[in-house]
Amino acid sequence: MATVSKIKSSKKFVTLGDSKIEVERRGKGKPLLLLYGEEALEAEAPFVDELARKYEVIIPSPPGYGRSNRADWITNMDDIAYIYLDLLEKLDLKKVTVVGCSLGGWIALEMATKDDSRIAKLLLADPYGVKIGGPFDRDIEDIWCTHPAKLAKLKWADPEKGKRDFPSMSEDKLSIVARNSETTARFCWEPYMHNPKLKHRLNRVQVPTMFVWGKEDGVVKPSYGKAYSKLVKGAKFVTIAKAGHYPQLEQPEAFLKAVKGFI
Amino acid sequence: MYFWHFTEMPYPHLPDLDTITSMRVNLPSKHFDPKIGADLYNRYLDEHLLADDLGLNIMLNEHHQTATCMDVCAPLSAAILARQTSKARICILGNPVANRANPLRIAEEMAMIDCISRGRLDTGFVRGVPYETFAANSNPTQTVERLWEGIDLIVKAWTTHDGPFNFEGKFWHKRQVNLWPRPYQTPHPQIWITGSSDKGAISKVGERGYIFAMFLQPYDKVKDMFDTYRASFVEHGLPGGGGLAYMPLVYTAETDEEAEKGAKELTWYLSAKTEPQFRNPPGYVPVAFNVKALQGTYSGRTDAVRTQGLEYLREQGVLIYGKPDSVAQQIKRFYEKVGGFDHLLMMQQAGFLSHERTVSSMTLFAKEVAPQLKDLPRTKPIRHAKAA
Repeated sequence: MATVSKIKSSKKFVTLGDSKIEVERRGKGKPLLLLYGEEALEAEAPFVDELARKYEVIIPSPPGYGRSNRADWITNMDDIAYIYLDLLEKLDLKKVTVVGCSLGGWIALEMATKDDSRIAKLLLADPYGVKIGGPFDRDIEDIWCTHPAKLAKLKWADPEKGKRDFPSMSEDKLSIVARNSETTARFCWEPYMHNPKLKHRLNRVQVPTMFVWGKEDGVVKPSYGKAYSKLVKGAKFVTIAKAGHYPQLEQPEAFLKAVKGFI
Repeated sequence: MYFWHFTEMPYPHLPDLDTITSMRVNLPSKHFDPKIGADLYNRYLDEHLLADDLGLNIMLNEHHQTATCMDVCAPLSAAILARQTSKARICILGNPVANRANPLRIAEEMAMIDCISRGRLDTGFVRGVPYETFAANSNPTQTVERLWEGIDLIVKAWTTHDGPFNFEGKFWHKRQVNLWPRPYQTPHPQIWITGSSDKGAISKVGERGYIFAMFLQPYDKVKDMFDTYRASFVEHGLPGGGGLAYMPLVYTAETDEEAEKGAKELTWYLSAKTEPQFRNPPGYVPVAFNVKALQGTYSGRTDAVRTQGLEYLREQGVLIYGKPDSVAQQIKRFYEKVGGFDHLLMMQQAGFLSHERTVSSMTLFAKEVAPQLKDLPRTKPIRHAKAA
């Protein structure tokens, strides 16, 4: 990515209780908290650099992801939301635009239900977090029980875009990939990818909220996204064509165009 | 040396294996014919009764949602055999503590079986193989922790005889724990633990005097693990019985030709098919192993051995077959290569291996092989410095 070098970026650890959270700060401007998804693909994506031209993009790694430690007491997104609220306070960030993708979108909503006083708005891309249907409904496709080839087709409109050349990566990078995957299982195994209480707390979200959904997301379908968005008062809901679970990665231009005016 | 007969109680009557993607977790039960299943259950139990008659001990295990193992509740089989056998020791290897909802149910079940069998029960505790985490829906990142918390609770429940205690652990909270019945054996039945690579856990097994068992692994790996156990064993002063156990596939026959035929049938077990997503759930093995998996050099705990031919498997001690003297010789060789062990767990039935041929192999082993091996000396503890 040619644009990366032009934008100023720094990484450091912020200590919050027994958590040491790795935080990257990129660009200059009003604060934008980017909460990446369970695969942390957003941290290196071109759309983030576009955001960093207008905002200071703040990218924390949740406990157990990236190089952040994972204290044993942390078991779910509820815990991470409190840690991230502490992070906003510690960095004294105000009127923050929060962009959350997939798992990160879930964390963003958990934060806003607890305290949205430092949050200006929420932009969510295909977030997990709630259960819409009944006990026999599979609201969120089981990423751990799906054949990898089929999973790639569920996640990506064009599965080629999701291919990652693991053998060419450094051991350091691969250990982060493995760690992110392990941590996701630790936090999201059961209840699977949702917090049964979140649905009943979403009425507390008072800030402008926008859901963006990949039209071809097979992991969490647009119908799930639409129903999810209705649980947040006044939330907008738009879909992006030719995009799966990661519209911000698969169709970055369409994504940025769709959110223009909101952020 | 103690000898144990074992079968996983397979249901091999499946469609052509090229037409199904998995024998585990997601194979539809329309492929299970309950009439065939009934025959198989009774047949496998009959073979355990024969083991009792022949002077062999009995090993049982359980798995879930798989055609490779119809025994979904080893305590049920053990309860039947506790009543129907008279001499054999019965070892459940093991109770999947990390995948069971309540360890105290396990403690009770084992105590009851121990009483019915008048103290012939050995109790294994296992973390469960990777694909079991799906059927049990237990978090794959915490099975080791759950296993050990469960064991601590079970042992405390077995050995507390002065009234209730409370327990508030990480995974289980229990009040007024007060086991009835208590086990027949005092302080409790011998505990067995399985393992394949985690040396820290093996040391703990040795410290506590539990028996350590390995299944179907090449001898150099077995020796490495057994030495770790022996080193830990002596440093902690031999509490309880302890010992080492190894399981190969075993087929004994009158002729080499017959033996090879039987051996081939046993390898059905090694070729069991599972879809890739069920082989290595996230966090089941440490990050370092998963880095190797991403690099393409690690494909799960046991895959390396499974794709090999008969000769390789025999050379490594994973598959033992031949005429009685040859079988005895192969086991002695393995015994020497791994520095000795105490319990030979024999998978003498797998796949389509018929009742008649299973009985023939078991009988030949008991009558002509076991006498040649039974006086092999028990595991000797070794000093840490001497361990590999």
